[in-house]
Amino acid sequence: MKRVMTCIECPQGCRLEIEADGSRVISVTGNKCKRGDKYARQETEAPLRTLTTSVLTRGLELKMLPVRTSKPIPKEKLLDAMRAVKTLVVTSPVKAGSVVAENFLGLGADLVACRPLDKL
Amino acid sequence: MKQRELVVVGGGPAGMAAALAARAAGVRDVLLLERDQHLGGILNQCIHPGFGLHHFKEELTGPEYADRFAALVKADPGIEVSLRSFVVKLTGDREITYLRPGAMEDIKAGAVILATGCRERTREMIPIPGSRPAGVFPAGLAQKMVNMEGWIPGREAVIVGSGDIGLIMARRMALEGVTVKAVIEIQKTSRGLVRNVVQCLEDFGIPLHFQHRITAIHGADRVERVGVIRVDADFKDIPGTAFEIACDTVLVSVGLIPENELLEMAGGLVDRRTNTPVADEVNLTSLPGIFACGNAAKVYDLADSVTRDSELAGRMAAKYLGAAV
Repeated sequence: MKRVMTCIECPQGCRLEIEADGSRVISVTGNKCKRGDKYARQETEAPLRTLTTSVLTRGLELKMLPVRTSKPIPKEKLLDAMRAVKTLVVTSPVKAGSVVAENFLGLGADLVACRPLDKL
Repeated sequence: MKQRELVVVGGGPAGMAAALAARAAGVRDVLLLERDQHLGGILNQCIHPGFGLHHFKEELTGPEYADRFAALVKADPGIEVSLRSFVVKLTGDREITYLRPGAMEDIKAGAVILATGCRERTREMIPIPGSRPAGVFPAGLAQKMVNMEGWIPGREAVIVGSGDIGLIMARRMALEGVTVKAVIEIQKTSRGLVRNVVQCLEDFGIPLHFQHRITAIHGADRVERVGVIRVDADFKDIPGTAFEIACDTVLVSVGLIPENELLEMAGGLVDRRTNTPVADEVNLTSLPGIFACGNAAKVYDLADSVTRDSELAGRMAAKYLGAAV
């Protein structure tokens, strides 16, 4: 089975052609770098996405703290993760990279701060 | 009047890169004026990933990309950062008046770099007919509301324009539980990056209608629905193709306008069509000693490209000032 997809690893957006047997990849062509090959295989086997969103704060200099998952999580877990983010409130000052929630949803990825925030 | 060697107006990616590059090229005294309470400019609301792949060789979010530069700027004793500082006047001989909390300052700069970015085109500029209910937002404003203020602008949205900001807001709203009913694009293709069409629309099953335009926004107090019609290659309506989409929110993502009012005030030439400085090359203006960089000079696709060109602007200003490393 042949599949065509656009690589989302970088702004070039290579057009990838994937030869696969179900979710088992046989060959990848069209990628201009090795990240494209990795992306095509991952996307065919089990799509992953990095979640970025904002978390409510209390007593800090901005109302919302931008956060990201420390590594990509399964695509189908994105909306579950968003629901869990809504239950969080950050009340202590953070640095860029500070862990806001460890092993978020048991997915093996931490939720980390994307910027420093001080007390109000 | 107080004399400063180099004054940079705007503390976003362009201003920070220009200030740091000017310092590296030998400028001893840099004053960086930023109207917000933080450095970073528009990057602070661009919480999605995709930044830094060229400059840092890794993928960062907007705030992370900004924070790396802000840390360098703050650590540099030769750069004075003045926050909540808004420039109200610039003259051709580089006299600057700016407001900061509790004071109005007049200074004279040896050189000026304008890194003032863009503002958004609005509904009125396309223009979209219809009534004027609540619920119509420029996409970048909606981005700030959702990402920085924690407000969700509506429940069911239609997005006008498939540039990167429109695509990224489609995903952002979908993640926040908003039903994004469609993205409407009058052109045959998206002006946005292909990766954004894939990961912002296809991931969430959001339909993208090329060669369609919004005919009207309907609603009394709040948006109730929009009219949509298919257009031909000459952007003429195709009869019999009209339909309506029920929604309570319309996000308008139809381009950016470089902010060059200060340059105009100083007597610099500005192209009426693009609102960019008229000059022989990128980063220059028609006025000696006044430079422009980043989205004020031309609208960029990538923050990394803004950084690269703005560093060049910093070095050009250093050369103009006769700075020696």
